[in-house]
Amino acid sequence: MDLAYTEAEEEFRARLREWLASVLPTLPAKPGPDDWPGRRAYDTAWQRMLYDAGYAGLHWPVDAGGRGATPTQHLIFLEETEKAGAPYVGANFVGLLHAGPTIAAEGTAGQRARWLPPVLRGDEIWCQGFSEPDAGSDLASLRTRAVRDGDHYVVSGSKIWTSHAEVADWCELLVRTDPAAPRHRGISWLAMEMDAPGVTVRPLRTLAGSTEFAEMFLDEVRVPVSHRVGAENDGWRVTMVTLSFERGTAFVGEVVACRRTLDALAAEARTNGRWDDPVLRRRLGRLNAELRALWRLTQWNVGEAQRTGGVPGTGGSVFKLRYSHARQELYEAAAEVLGADSGDLDREWVLDRLSSLSYTIAAGTSQIQRNIVAERILGLPKGR
Amino acid sequence: MDFQLSDDQRALGAGTRELLAKCFGRDRMRAALDGGTGIDRALWRELGESGFFALRLPEAQGGVGLGLPESVLLFEEVGRSLLPGPLIATHLAAGAVKGAAEGGAVVTVLDAGQPVEHLGDADALLVLGPGEVRVLTGGTARDVARIRESARPVRSLDPFTPVWRVTGPVGPGEPLPGAERLREEGALLAAAEQLGSASRTTEMAVRYAGEREQFGSPIGSFQAVKHLCAEMLVRAELARAAVYAAALTEDRAEIAGAKLLADEAAVRNARDCLQVHGGMGFTWEADVHLHLKRAWLRSGRWIAAAAAEEALAADLC
Repeated sequence: MDLAYTEAEEEFRARLREWLASVLPTLPAKPGPDDWPGRRAYDTAWQRMLYDAGYAGLHWPVDAGGRGATPTQHLIFLEETEKAGAPYVGANFVGLLHAGPTIAAEGTAGQRARWLPPVLRGDEIWCQGFSEPDAGSDLASLRTRAVRDGDHYVVSGSKIWTSHAEVADWCELLVRTDPAAPRHRGISWLAMEMDAPGVTVRPLRTLAGSTEFAEMFLDEVRVPVSHRVGAENDGWRVTMVTLSFERGTAFVGEVVACRRTLDALAAEARTNGRWDDPVLRRRLGRLNAELRALWRLTQWNVGEAQRTGGVPGTGGSVFKLRYSHARQELYEAAAEVLGADSGDLDREWVLDRLSSLSYTIAAGTSQIQRNIVAERILGLPKGR
Repeated sequence: MDFQLSDDQRALGAGTRELLAKCFGRDRMRAALDGGTGIDRALWRELGESGFFALRLPEAQGGVGLGLPESVLLFEEVGRSLLPGPLIATHLAAGAVKGAAEGGAVVTVLDAGQPVEHLGDADALLVLGPGEVRVLTGGTARDVARIRESARPVRSLDPFTPVWRVTGPVGPGEPLPGAERLREEGALLAAAEQLGSASRTTEMAVRYAGEREQFGSPIGSFQAVKHLCAEMLVRAELARAAVYAAALTEDRAEIAGAKLLADEAAVRNARDCLQVHGGMGFTWEADVHLHLKRAWLRSGRWIAAAAAEEALAADLC
């Protein structure tokens, strides 16, 4: 058991730091939250810089165009880019963390050659068409239909909570290809072009006032059968590969960011006098314990992934449950530090407090995560 | 970086669990509960012979030569087993107090304002003061006897841990060299015990939830019960990462954080375990109250929540 990094890992870190220090000052100004074309341009330009420097698809397997980095190297990458204030994965998220790894794991050689390089270079953006208005936590009840017509599927239905739909080139789409089969066995995974006729995107305004995601209406959209990844009706299994990637190292940067926010909160409280309140001070102290431990749990999960050959374990659900709660608590404490200013949307942390409300819902609600922990880790019987 | 137990560390944990199952299994534990709570000197010696107390002493001094992470694994097993006695203080006193390393002496702790555990059996006391630790032992053994005379036994919340209120004067004793970090080390080992207890009560709750049937199904198939169990695992696993990491870094704030989270995991898991057991959880017969009472007691020892949170706040920039 060891928390020390090897010489090779420290060398990787030093090279990365040097590169970040040289390129970050050359970045253009960050676009506004609702400037979607601007956000796409900014995020893809960053991805291109990563690609040119050899950091794109760091954790992807080498035969998929990735760097085959160890989980520890990936951890270092996410930690250092966050610490340096580098751009987030942003619009590249689905391509790099969902669709890409799925295609790498389940796609044909031709599909990998077609779709993976543009993701790594930042040339193409993907979005995710999984959830539907009536299929949220119960994803397998999805009803978007795909009917075979020669060498095409004709797809009709609606999707929701689709991030980056406005600027995406491709959508990883779950559709029902066999309505008669048991619900998990009639689903297929398709790559759909977003400019195909019949695709309508309508932005959804969140409670934070921004348009983070969209609804997507599909009216007889024609998708080539060759754009199906995996066998017909095997899409559920293909999707589970994707979702386990999502819960692997997805939150490393966020934990680092939370620790920086907590330090900033302490500094603000010392400045505005609230530090003298022992109740608030102890609340911040407790958060320090919580965030330090979450960082250690991340390192523990990475250690486990390293031993099992990079397969993300169920530890991700344990982590997400505690992390999402801790991050909400962080911004509740921030509101206490801000006092009367906590109602001012232009003050730092006020919008973050609103955004944090999604953490216990997105990527599997806390209730669903508890079911996963109870059934898959603790082995409790499935409910009805 | 390889933040996972090594094969040797796994074997040490498994070996300790086996040893404790043999010398303090459930039957023996329940018998000890009914038959008085004095220290079992034979068991104490058996632990000494296994290297339990001398684990971190250099091999040249007759020890095992292992480190704090290995001690943490031992005390995690202690927490699971409910083995009573001032094991942490005796472990920390090994090499400094005669007989402690071999299991020939019972060493307890006097911490200002705190009741003293197992004073009736103690051969020596570690007196925790600000910035230093003093030992009352050997030539000053009369000091221990004098403290005992003036001490008042308390009817203890934890049936396995007799405690005394010390009111009289305490002799000066002798300084214990190299003990600046004794409070932190004690806190870390207590956190390890809490971690073991939190894992054990999780297992007890899961087992009961899988066996007990109501409305025609195991109660563990109901989400209300399932979610209690899931949160228990989350608390235990977060505490595990915190405790193991603190054993590696020995950082003050990290140890305070580990103690805080392990205390919370042990207490809240024991309470949830009790809840999952329903009426049975409220009985003397079920073991869960023994875990809860010990967890409550440990929470106040070495570094309690208020001090831990203040230390962690001071650590923020």
